[in-house]
Amino acid sequence: MIIDIHFIGLIIASIMASAVPLILASCGELITERSGVLNLGVEGMMIIGAISGFALMTVTGNLIIAIFGAMLAGVLISTIFAFLTQTLITNHVASGLALTIFGIGISAMIGKNFVGIPGKEFPVLFEGLKDTIPLLGPILFGHSIVFYFAFALPFITSYFLKKTKIGLIVRAVGDSPESASNQGINVRLVRYACILYGGAMSGLAGAYLSMIYTPQWIENMTGGRGWIALALVVFSTWNPIKILIGAMIFGGLTIIQFHMQAIGVRIPVQFLTALPYIVTIIVLVVISRDSRKIRLSTPSSLGKSFHKDN
Amino acid sequence: MIKIVKRDQPSRAIFFFTPVLAIFLTLVAGGLIFFVLGFKPFEALKFFFIVPIADKYGFSELLLKATPLCLIAIGLSFCFKSNNWNIGAEGQLTFGAIVSGGVALLFYEQEGFYILPIVILAGAIGGMLYASIPAILKTYFNTNEILVSLMLVYVSKLILDYLVVGPWSNPEGFNFPETRQFSNSAKLPLLFEGLRIHAGIFLALAAAVISWFVFYKTYLGFQMKVSGFSLKTAKYAGYKGKKMIILVFLISGACAGLAGVGEITGPIGQLHREISPDYGFTAIIVAFLGRLHPVGIIFASLVVAITYLGAETAQIFMQIPKYTGQVFQGMILFFLLASDYLLFFKIKFIGSKK
Repeated sequence: MIIDIHFIGLIIASIMASAVPLILASCGELITERSGVLNLGVEGMMIIGAISGFALMTVTGNLIIAIFGAMLAGVLISTIFAFLTQTLITNHVASGLALTIFGIGISAMIGKNFVGIPGKEFPVLFEGLKDTIPLLGPILFGHSIVFYFAFALPFITSYFLKKTKIGLIVRAVGDSPESASNQGINVRLVRYACILYGGAMSGLAGAYLSMIYTPQWIENMTGGRGWIALALVVFSTWNPIKILIGAMIFGGLTIIQFHMQAIGVRIPVQFLTALPYIVTIIVLVVISRDSRKIRLSTPSSLGKSFHKDN
Repeated sequence: MIKIVKRDQPSRAIFFFTPVLAIFLTLVAGGLIFFVLGFKPFEALKFFFIVPIADKYGFSELLLKATPLCLIAIGLSFCFKSNNWNIGAEGQLTFGAIVSGGVALLFYEQEGFYILPIVILAGAIGGMLYASIPAILKTYFNTNEILVSLMLVYVSKLILDYLVVGPWSNPEGFNFPETRQFSNSAKLPLLFEGLRIHAGIFLALAAAVISWFVFYKTYLGFQMKVSGFSLKTAKYAGYKGKKMIILVFLISGACAGLAGVGEITGPIGQLHREISPDYGFTAIIVAFLGRLHPVGIIFASLVVAITYLGAETAQIFMQIPKYTGQVFQGMILFFLLASDYLLFFKIKFIGSKK
């Protein structure tokens, strides 16, 4: 087989493209979890984002409205979760599960009329530069704006958490809500904001899938990506930069499937499809084995309700 | 003026009242959704919740759907009571069905009273094996059971897909993704002529009785409850935490596996791609709605089973999309969790009597 540099560049670019929704959703969830809230509804928020984006794109024809609409849909659906867990102090795990079940149902309900409709072409940037540099050309150029945003997001998130005052507040709320509250920080408000932000990012991740990556509406099209995004947050030990690495690994696993089939490797297709899920489990085991490390990096109040008695 | 006051103790009356409230609120919200979608709310609700169970056949279908839900939810109640978040019952159901289906296929065209018990046992073992993965990883490798058990759902469905398309597919089946039909001795007997309700319902009822006994009459049940309230207390009391985690996972895996057996040896009679309409996930809602109590779970499984039937009926008669069932299920859990607020807080009207 001739090794073609341009071809390798294209493969890397396709791996990056399939990593985009994972990066977006994980970075969003990371902020939510850093504030001490465990939202298991990522899959539900993502699928809502996917159908909202696709539906708005089809109905209005305006891509900007569609993208922001999908984010808004993510925010709205996560508001239910925020209201339950923060105002009504419900269990985070159960509320997140309810969100996912609800999201999958309602997206299929809305999406009924959008099955089989072809998507629109999403504009890409720097198309002309793609062939100027070997290898790097297809990696760096000719992608959608969401793609570039996704790869900047881990760095922005890292900067936000480490260097800004609001980032510090988020971490304080997640690590010790009691002391944060004593400092006059409105714990509930911060957590609300972090949950809604997570919803927006999951919504965007879903919209990327239905508007740019696939692009069409298929029922249940997130196919567990929301759960893999949740696993990535654990994998990263709550460090945004490591999300990038994890998402690339999983993107790679997704892409490998297609190429293995193309080359004609005689492995059952179901095994290849199962690979990302199996690898997620293995990776989780490897990361979590060191319980001390996990304990040190997990936001201390993760998943625990906080209620200030008035 | 309204003031919210924290209760000194969670109210016991409200503990049993809120599931009813949650169902009522779900109906109201469901009616609203139907209205928004352009349907007549009352008519839609009638087609959803009353028409499907109005005759003998409908009632049999209700019990048929409630059986796996009840069985799985009973199993899950062991996990949830002891604070173990097994959300992969769907995978345990699927794997149980695979193992028992494989055994049933071994007995192809053979008859004998011993076949069915072996097939049932195989399903329970399959479910237990599959549930033991998240349990062992949790206890010995500190791995999050939520994510592991969920990932395994996807894996199990792909294994099933591989088997029914590939090595296990029916040689005379024109390449349909399904196995041969099981022999009659490998099928659960039907209870009534012409209705689909089968003997699997007794498995569910037996599970309910056994779980009640374990929870309320044994030291083990007590230990589970204590671990659920506070892991620290359980540790302090010297309970064997790791063994308990594995035990509750095995129990719930066995129940889910049995539910899988019930599906393939009951209404289906063979293995194919779609053996469960997400019973494993819906059972999580059933477990909560039933307050993790066996009697509650029996009632809850009937209520939630209606959403499956209602979705089908409403689709046929009113062209309401069938996913409405899932929307209802999600809403029930939302409202249930929300109304739990009343357990811990009471709403006082200030200005009236003190």
